[in-house]
Parts: sequence; structure tokens; C-alpha cells
Amino acid sequence: MEEGGAPVGLTPRPDRQVVTVAPASQEGWVATRLDFLVNWGRANSLWPMPFGTACCAIEFMATAASKYDLARFGMERMSFSPRQADVLICAGRVPFKLAPVIRRIWQQMLQPKWCISMGACASSGGMFDNYAVVQGIDTIIPVDVYVPGCPPRPEGLIYGIMMLQEKVKRERMSDERLRDEMEPDPTSKLYIPPSVIDELSEPFGNSVHQTRSGL
Amino acid sequence: MTDAPLMTPGSADPASSPVTPHGVPHRGGPMNPSAERIRARFPAAFVRAEVVWGETTVFVRPDAVQDIVRYLHDDDSERYDYLSDVTAVEYRDLELPLQVVWHLRSLPYRRFLRLKAEIAKSAPLRVPSVFPIYQGADWLERECFDMFGIVFDGHPDLRRILMWEQYQEGYPLRKDFPLRGRFSRSEQLRQALAAEPESRYSMTELTIADAFEDLPLEMRRRLAGGEKTGE
Repeated sequence: MEEGGAPVGLTPRPDRQVVTVAPASQEGWVATRLDFLVNWGRANSLWPMPFGTACCAIEFMATAASKYDLARFGMERMSFSPRQADVLICAGRVPFKLAPVIRRIWQQMLQPKWCISMGACASSGGMFDNYAVVQGIDTIIPVDVYVPGCPPRPEGLIYGIMMLQEKVKRERMSDERLRDEMEPDPTSKLYIPPSVIDELSEPFGNSVHQTRSGL
Repeated sequence: MTDAPLMTPGSADPASSPVTPHGVPHRGGPMNPSAERIRARFPAAFVRAEVVWGETTVFVRPDAVQDIVRYLHDDDSERYDYLSDVTAVEYRDLELPLQVVWHLRSLPYRRFLRLKAEIAKSAPLRVPSVFPIYQGADWLERECFDMFGIVFDGHPDLRRILMWEQYQEGYPLRKDFPLRGRFSRSEQLRQALAAEPESRYSMTELTIADAFEDLPLEMRRRLAGGEKTGE
């Protein structure tokens, strides 16, 4: 983008200075520089695992195509194998029948790994507050970035990806819990308590009024 | 206001009833000749027939559906060779809440016929399967069973098809089914995650070898020659 032009498209965020590395006093110069180098490499070669189930996947394809060109962000290779992927992009609604599938794909991905929940349905169930659809994939797998929209425009997804890149650039190797996997409960296979899931899945907005049953 | 006649879509004056741009009236119009022949041939099973937007609907008794469909398929003057849909509709009707619907198309005669069977509230949800006549009814009847719980007598493999086979909550498209399901969200998620992804498929769906004898001769010849299907 040209300097001094009208601010269209992707303009620099006003708070972008939060990305700059501020080494903690107890870490050495070499470790922080190595952090910077590793994170710079990781953030600029995030290979996405596209989990496209609905119309968001169409926008995701548009993002990957030449006009918006996801390759500018080091994502030119869609990794359809979870073993080689870095970021799971869930684009679309996830029915309960797919819940164990996306859980297994997430478990098959190697660390370091991240997850982007693209669109209203993946993030919250969206308009599908019904018997068949998971009310937000964060009840199945941990999510790093939520991209709102129904579906989000490619600019929105790119903004979410850039936020994820900033998150990656802020990671510190000295953080011992950085790569901790969240282990699901062995009996219920849930990793957050059932009461929290029920609370997260409460009806909201227009869906409060939609329960009608009985003759 | 009180002298205005009570108008319903069914009782509206045909002269004032709406028509499509091609002149097809809402009610009435030429009836599919198959309806009259069904009435003559199966007088005990025939209930009524009506024409809506140029499409003929024949209401028949549920237990005679297989005989009627077999006649429509086999008879030289009918030749309904294409079954395009099997589904059901539930109305808020107190006596006859459920209708099972068959959409039949005759390609040689260019006719369309909608066959409906009304099921009384107290009657068991059973209708004869048309699978022996149209093998394409296989998944259509499974879907109808999955969503409404209607049992198709004579279907060789009546299992759920959209919901998984261990689904506990009932039949989602019935009127007494709550939109969010019967269980809490955490219980739904627990049951969904409890199953292995592979358990959703039966072995018959994973292999084509068992169905080899049922394949068309041409396809059998190509498969026996080592050719791969175009998946």
C-alpha cells in the first residue's frame, strides 16, 4: 500500500507497537533473540488445515485465491493432512456428528498448533440454535482467534490471521505451559465442565423465542 | 363486514382464484388421468384426489400403497419409472397428523403424480416400503424413518442415515420434538464425542465388494478388468 494514500483495505493497526518484543529482565539476550527469530519464522509460515463445512469455506477459498492472496502471509500451502498443519481454520458450522471428527483432527495436529474459528456458526452456533449443531467449537477444542461475520469477508479473515501472527510473535520459550495440551476428561471426553458448556450454549437474541413444541 | 362470504383457499370461486403466468389455476384444472384409473382399479384404497397448481395429488389408504405403486410402475398405460422423492409431512391436525408423500414421475408419458397416505393419530406409524419396486427408495425411506420415525415394512436395511445410529433423542422433524433437542447441550456433546468417528459407518458402506452382484453388467465388466471407479 502506498504511503500517504487514503486509508483503504488493510491499514496498520494503531496498537501495532504491542507486538515489539520486550524481554523480561530475567531472560538473557540470546534467548530473547532466539525467541524473536523462531516466532518470526513460525508466524510467517503458518500452514492452514482448512476445515470448511459451509459458506465460510467459500470466503476462505476467495481469501486463498489470487485477489486476496493468502500466500502473502506464508499460507500458500493448504495442508490437507493434519500432521503437517499449523493452524486449524474451522470455516462453517459443525454438527454434532462432526464433533468427534474435528476433535480427532485437532489431536492429530502436532505442536505448535493454533486454531481460528471463522464465522458466527463456528464461534457460537450462529443462527443454528437447534438440535444438530454444536454451539461453538470452543466447547470441543481450544480456539485462539474468533473471526466474526456471516460469513466474514476475506479482509476479516486476513485480519484474524494477522492477529494470530501477532499472538505467535509474542510467545516466549521461557513460558513452560506454552505447549500444554488441554486433556479432555477421560470419561465424558469434555475438557470444560458441563455446566460451563450449558452456560455457553444458552439461547440468545432471536433464538430465545423459537422454542415451540407440542400440538 | 358480516355479509362478506367466508373465503378459504379451498372454497374460493374458481373464476377469481389466482393463476400462474402460464394460466395454471390454483385449484382445479385438468387432472392427471392416472388418478381416475387408480380410483377405478383400487376403489377401497382410494380416498380422494385434488389438483393444486396443476399437480395432481391422490390420497390413498396406507396399507395399499405398495399395490398402487406397483401398478403405476408396471402397467403399460402408466409407466411411472422414476421415483423422485419419499418424504413425510406433519400437520397440526388432530385426527390425521402425518402424511407420507411419494413423488412419482412418468418419463414416457410426461406425467407427475403425488401420492399421499394419511396416518391416523392412533394408528401405528407403518407404511409398506416401495423398495421392491424402486431401489432408489432405499435412502429416501431411511431418511424419512430417521426424521419422522415412520417404519417402512419390507425395507431391507432400515437404519438412521442423517443422525448417527446411536442417536437417543428421537425423531427431529416431528412436531413434538423441541427445536434444541431433548437433552442439555453438554449431554448432547458428551454423547457425540463418546463415539469413535469410525463407528458412524457400517462395513456395507465401506466396501463395494458385497454389492458386486447387484452392479450393472457393464460396470461389473469394467471393475473385473481392473479399472478404478471415478471417485
